[in-house]
Amino acid sequence: MKLKKNHLYSLIAIAAFAVFALVGELFFDAFTLRIFNNCAIYIVLALSLNLLNGFTGLFSLGHAGFMAVGAYVCALLTMPPELKEMNYFLVPIVPWLKNLTLPFVPALIVAGLVSAFVGFLIGAPALRLRDDYLAIATLGFAEIIRVLITNLQSITNGAQGLKGLPRYSTTWVVWICAGLTVLFMVMLMRSSYGRSMKAVRDDEIAAEAMGINVFKVKVTSFTVSSFFAGIGGALLGHMITTIDPKMFTFMLTFNILLIVVLGGVGSITGSVVAAIAVTVLMEVLRFLDEPMNLIFVKTGGLPGLRMVVFSAMLMIVVIFRQRGLMGNREFSWNMVSGLRNAFVRKGAGGQDRGHSGHGGRDGHDGQGDGKSEGGHRG
Amino acid sequence: MHADIPIIDTGAWAVASTVGMSLPDRGRMTLPLFLQHMANSLSLGSLYALIAIGYTMVYGILRLINFAHGDIFMIGAYLAFYGMTLISLPWWAALFLAIVLTGVFGVSLERAAYKPLRDSPRISIMISAIGASFLIENLAVLLFGGRPKGVNVPEILGKVIHLGSVSIVTVSLVIPVCTFLILGILLWIVNHTKTGMAMRAVSTDIDAARLMAVDVNRIVSFTFGIGSVLAAFGGIMWAFKYPQLNPLMGVMPGLKCFIAAVVGGIGSIPGAVLGGFLLGFIEIMTVALLPQLSGYRDAFAFVLLIVVLLVKPTGLLGKRQAEKV
Repeated sequence: MKLKKNHLYSLIAIAAFAVFALVGELFFDAFTLRIFNNCAIYIVLALSLNLLNGFTGLFSLGHAGFMAVGAYVCALLTMPPELKEMNYFLVPIVPWLKNLTLPFVPALIVAGLVSAFVGFLIGAPALRLRDDYLAIATLGFAEIIRVLITNLQSITNGAQGLKGLPRYSTTWVVWICAGLTVLFMVMLMRSSYGRSMKAVRDDEIAAEAMGINVFKVKVTSFTVSSFFAGIGGALLGHMITTIDPKMFTFMLTFNILLIVVLGGVGSITGSVVAAIAVTVLMEVLRFLDEPMNLIFVKTGGLPGLRMVVFSAMLMIVVIFRQRGLMGNREFSWNMVSGLRNAFVRKGAGGQDRGHSGHGGRDGHDGQGDGKSEGGHRG
Repeated sequence: MHADIPIIDTGAWAVASTVGMSLPDRGRMTLPLFLQHMANSLSLGSLYALIAIGYTMVYGILRLINFAHGDIFMIGAYLAFYGMTLISLPWWAALFLAIVLTGVFGVSLERAAYKPLRDSPRISIMISAIGASFLIENLAVLLFGGRPKGVNVPEILGKVIHLGSVSIVTVSLVIPVCTFLILGILLWIVNHTKTGMAMRAVSTDIDAARLMAVDVNRIVSFTFGIGSVLAAFGGIMWAFKYPQLNPLMGVMPGLKCFIAAVVGGIGSIPGAVLGGFLLGFIEIMTVALLPQLSGYRDAFAFVLLIVVLLVKPTGLLGKRQAEKV
């Protein structure tokens, strides 16, 4: 009975959000709408990084590279031949690519697949490494991808980048992508694949002893994550309508990492909330860069203060609240009702979660959705 | 002032273009040219080595990639620059002051950003290091301004010397000499003093060292201090060699020098120096021999890293560590 009620709530929430998006699409000004849509893209990106960092325990810093692959593949597939000719004025484009055009949705999927393939190629050797070595190797691969894109002029147009991409990333497209990504992640985390990922994260050796093929799980996670990173990159490219290699530096990976860490490493809800919060804050805090007139102090505009605030925020969260906003809890309707009638219990539970114990992790993870979906799991 | 610096020594890119222009037969290497490239790779390699030592020492003790190391390098260069311009110190005094201040800065960074996390999972410390790196970079943009600043190279260091057919700027000669001097002093400290013994103990087993009455915090601070001092020295020399400062100047050298440290075998000081020289040599020589690859220059280090990690993950001089279950 309860299960049905929760589903009903979810449906209502989704419908309400769809109405909100529709209203937004009609009444937001271009700037607000852009931020609104950026939120969706960052949700996709944050979830894909969280799949690696949070759920599989692989610390990857190469996300910008996969995003670049996705963005470029999608852009090259959707640009009409005349536009390509206009862009490639220094070095002509390779002939086989010139007349290749696909509609947006297939192009998006191809972009994701190519990105996933690149992820697989990189992951297969790199995932033999651990921890910080893996981080630095993925960072290296991303940097190599960027250097390749800069130098392969006849394919990617080099440092000039691609301009005037068709604006396919509409509100509907990006939010449907975000929704599908969330749905996929939730389903994945409830499946046996997701559980093996968490097992690998919590204790690799124990996971192996339980018969999990650790390497395979890692490569799968890396490939899936690259797929979504590619999709996110492609959406971002078609939102900004201009891409160039300088866009995909470590800075971009850092922004996504910021979202994942703030939201809570290992929480889908956290990533979603933090993606929205950070994207909105990034814009709202723009006033920091402009001249300010505080009552006693007048500043003449401090370009860069905004980024200082963001870096400081990351540091503070990492040092004082390592589990981020959500820790590894998830949202569920039970949580809402739990909040209402069991304040005391929740306080105790929250404290318990504060410790970064290994053993109890899965229990907490399941806590949210687990209760309502217990029947499915059997 | 920096117009005086001959084009031959403004980095591999310029070297590549001179090679490309002066030799119709690209890639042919004459002996004087080879010596010139060797001199260049030696000085670039020494700079890399200086920074790589800091990485390797910190990693050896805390198992932490100090992502902010490249930014400490940048801070050192800026402090020296402001010492010379704002309070118009002579260059050697500015150098000294900047090195000391950067050392203090490095130690306080460790206290503020890494010490609270010493018992946390390694990923947390690494995120903290990345955060610290970005915070320093953004603060630098805010305080120093994003526009590049030109450095006045002191006359003694900016002079060009001709050794036979090789012409070389003094600073490029000073750097390797200093690097070897510093390497000698460091090896002496690590292997023959009590502090060095404590450092080795902490890097072998931090808990056991604590039980043996080693003041771990002091040793960690000391290590960060040395690392930052070397980074500052490297940064200032870098600024004299490539006389331009910007708040992000530490990012690429920082990454590359970490790679140098990994290639040499992380945790080993001679390894870091070897890795630094190897990296400098590869960068300069590849571009010199194959100028058409100069666009890929920044990728060489990463390719080298990946090859080394896959073939010999412990690096050239690193010791294999058994995995503890």
